Order: sequence, then structure tokens, then C-alpha cells
Amino acid sequence: MSSKERKNYRMILHEEMKKRYRTRIITDNLVTVFALVCVVAAIIPLGSILLEVIKNGASALSFEFLTAPQGSIGSGKGGIGPAIQGTIIVVGLASLIATPVGVLAGIYLSEFAGNGIFPTVVRFLNNILTGLPSIVIGIVGYVTIVLFLGSFSVWAGALSLSIIMMPIVVIVTEETLRIVPHSLREAGYALGISKAKITMNIVLTTAKSGVLTGIGLGIARIAGETAPLIMTILGTSLFFSGLEGPVDALPLRIWRLASQPYESAHAFGWGAALILILMVLGMNVGLRLLARKKGFTVRAEA
Amino acid sequence: MTVEEVMREEEAAVAGPIETTDRYKVVIKEINAWFGRKQALKNINLNIKDKSVTAFIGPSGCGKTTLIRCLNRMHEMTPNARVDGQVLVDGADIYDKSIDPVVVKRRVGMVFQKPNPFPTMSISDNVAAGLKLNGIKDKNLIAEVVEESLKGAALWEEVRTELEKPGMSLSGGQQQRLCIARALAMQPEVLLMDEPTSALDPLASSKIEELVRSLKEHVTIVIVTHNMQQAARVSDFTAFMYLGEMIEYGATSQIFKNPEKELTERYISGKFG
Repeated sequence: MSSKERKNYRMILHEEMKKRYRTRIITDNLVTVFALVCVVAAIIPLGSILLEVIKNGASALSFEFLTAPQGSIGSGKGGIGPAIQGTIIVVGLASLIATPVGVLAGIYLSEFAGNGIFPTVVRFLNNILTGLPSIVIGIVGYVTIVLFLGSFSVWAGALSLSIIMMPIVVIVTEETLRIVPHSLREAGYALGISKAKITMNIVLTTAKSGVLTGIGLGIARIAGETAPLIMTILGTSLFFSGLEGPVDALPLRIWRLASQPYESAHAFGWGAALILILMVLGMNVGLRLLARKKGFTVRAEA
Repeated sequence: MTVEEVMREEEAAVAGPIETTDRYKVVIKEINAWFGRKQALKNINLNIKDKSVTAFIGPSGCGKTTLIRCLNRMHEMTPNARVDGQVLVDGADIYDKSIDPVVVKRRVGMVFQKPNPFPTMSISDNVAAGLKLNGIKDKNLIAEVVEESLKGAALWEEVRTELEKPGMSLSGGQQQRLCIARALAMQPEVLLMDEPTSALDPLASSKIEELVRSLKEHVTIVIVTHNMQQAARVSDFTAFMYLGEMIEYGATSQIFKNPEKELTERYISGKFG
């Protein structure tokens, strides 16, 4: 390109950019506004659900509501104590099973498995498991555990829920560990630290907040499950009576209350829904605090 | 100071030519290395003197980083990477079947190109990581080693009052010295430095260079550098590599002032690379 040509070329470029300047600014603003509209559109349903639940449910809340078993049908007396207790027990037990298995499987896939046939198959099956309808898992729980033990039971519910939760924990753990910079693992190797220690004390602690988020997602998911619980813990108006017996749970109770033809039952249902939302929210906040405690924010470029 | 002056000084400092009967700390024998099918190192032979600084120089992709990573068995940890040959540290082959690669890394420390402190750990925990995760629990001993290592890395005065702050809160140059302290805490006999100043500004770089010169009293240092002035300033011996081969190796003053090979001369005078 001669210097004259270059000058010409610059002129053309300059003119073109000037011509497009207005269009560019307009496009820029349009995209920003569109993004904002989308955010609002996503928040409106969430906000309206929350508002509706609070509006209808708050009036039902009382000490008796939280602790007492349900009174006689249609009386509007008693509460949802057994359902709260049952949800804590079943979801708690399910997370105690799913968390270690899921986290360790995620660690295996990210740190030890490589890209061979076996890990590929495991990843594939795990992805399928996340998409499995929960009623199917409930039926499997019914056929295997309920029929085997001869009774609806906490065990059956917890195991079914843990199968729903596990693949979520596996995926999130693997993905989070993968974004821990390789340089940190190398720094560990260079200090003569064993791979197991590097994985547990350096990689996992660096990824802690992400892994905890995954566990939180999993718990939130199973806390709201209803279908598999119908097939496994059945639901009862009584308090917990042992791991081999039936138990109540909030989603089940909400469903039962909603299908009753009494105003008072519906009010209880709203109240139960509010409690379930608050419990999931509280659990998530708790995990956030745990993630922040004694940890420092990871810089992405590290 | 001009390069010439530095070299004159170095010349005075280097004790004798390289083929002496001095004990060698590290002996590299017929090392070949591959990434998959691509051969990265071709038959490298090199003797590294105890308590000296040896610099590997050469254009990008010449294999200098690969070679340094062969000295603590880090190279083979890259997927599909392979090494063949011997590296003797104090006469014992680190590639011998009876040797645990983890133990090799405790004796031969390493500092990387980009500072990589552990992000979840405090300054003192970063330095103590190697000790703690290798099972040492004695708190007094750990505190002593942390202080000594930070002093060794010329960082103690800057961080003595904030040992519990996160390692990531330090500046880039301080982070790199923290990484050096972390490596020193393992009391390595050999310290490998892979372009330790390439991510740092000139002031931080000169601090690291100063540190390298003082550290060689206790450890044998091998440093990879892109910066030829740096090689001239800090090293006693220089190895020039090109396309996976060792082109020339000798006292730094000789390599920079009077190289035997034309290729070395052309690289050093900036005609290529």
C-alpha cells in the first residue's frame, strides 16, 4: 500500500465509522434496555410468588402452627409441626447421603479420572440422572425399599431424594474444581505434597464456595420435591416415629391441604408454603456464611 | 552499569572454567523429552555446580522451561508428556524406579512464572503449606521456619505485622517473593526458577534478582529467563538452548563476551529470537 493509498484508506475508514456512529450508539442503548427488561421479566414472577405466599401465609403463622400436629379436618386448629420435622429429617438424611458421595464423585471426575471411557460413561449417566423425572425415582424407591421393608419409611424417602440430589452435587463439584487454576496444583506438587492432600486441602478449599453452592442447589431442589415422597414416606398427621415408619413432609402437606375443600386448610397450606420457602432461604444463607467463613475470595485470573 | 561492566565483574566472580573437578550438584545425562510425539528436548547433557546460579536462555519454544521441569520430575505430570534419560542430584538418579517423585520435589524446589500463592491461605499459611501438608505439626517449629523463610525471601520486614492477611492481598512482586519463601520453607537443595520475573515490573524484578544472588550461598539455583541482561546479572553459568538442543554452555562471562558458537553470538547480540 502506497502512502497515498494508505491515506485514502484511512479517510474511507473514518467516514464509515462516522456514518455508523449513531447506529452504534442506538444499538448499544437498545441492547442495554432489552437486557434490563429481561431482568425485570425474570424477577416479576419470582416477586409476585413471594408476595402472594407472604400475603396469604403470614396470617397462619403462630407457635401452635409451627409445633402442633394437625387438628381435625376442617377445624382450622393445630399446625404443621410433623411436616416441618419430617422435612428436616428426610431432607437432612438425604443430604447426608448425597453430599459425601456426590462431592467425592465430583472430585474423582475432575482430579483423577481423566478422559477415558469409564469417566465419560459416568458423566453421561450422571447427566441422564439429573433429567430423570422424580416420580420415576419415587417408584423405584417404592418397588425396592418400601416393598422390601414392608412399610413406607423415612429411609425410602431419604434414599430417593438423595438420588435426585446426588447428580446435581456431582456436576457442580466437578465443574467448580475444574476452574481452580492448574498453577495451584503445580505449586502443591512443587512442594512435595501428595496428590490426595493437594486435592483436599488446596483444590477443594479453593473451590469451597462453589461446591457449597452446589450442595445448596441440591438441597433446595429436594426440599421441594413432592412426587417421590408420595411413593416413599406417604405422609402422616403424626410426628416422627422411627426411620422405618412413615413421616410427613412440607410439600406433601401443602399438596394435601390444598386438595381439601376448607378455607382454613388453604390458609394452612399457604402458611406451610411460606415456611418451606423460608427454610430453603435460611439454608442457603447459612451455606453462604459458611462459604465466606475463613475463606478468601478466589481471583479468577490467579 | 553496562552489560560489559557486569560481565567483567562476573568474570572476576566465577571461579575457574567449567570443566574442573568441582563436585556437581546436578548432572543431566542424555535427557530427551516429548510432548506427545513432538520432541521438546534432544539429548541434553549438563553439569550444574553446587551453590551456583545457572541460567537457561534461548528463544521461546527452545525447551528451556521443559528442561527445568525435568529437573524435579514436573514435566512428566503434563498429560502425554514423557522423559527419557538421567538427572543425578548428588549422584543419585531422580528418575530411578526406587525414587518417589514426591520426595524429589521436596529436595528440588520450584518457583513459577506467575506468582501462584494459595488463594485461601494467609501469608504465614502459604509459607507453612509444604510443612503442614507434609505432616509437621510443631507450631513453634512452623513459626520459626515461616519467619526464617520470609527473611530468606526478603519479605519479612514488609509482612511481619500482617502474617494472617491473605497471601493474595500482596502486590505481584511480594506474591512472587512469598512463593520463593514457600519453596525455601522446604529447605530445598536446588531451587528451580521458571522466568520468575516475567510477570513483574522492573523494581520488583530487581528485588528478585538481588535475592537470587544472596540465595546461592545456601542453594543451587537454576533460572530460566527471557531477559539476557538478567542472565548476565545473576548467573555464574549460562546455557543457551535452541530448538530443543543445548547449543552452548559455559561461564556466563564467557558466553556473553566470547561465545564459541555463531548461533549463540547471534542470539546474544539480538540478531534473532
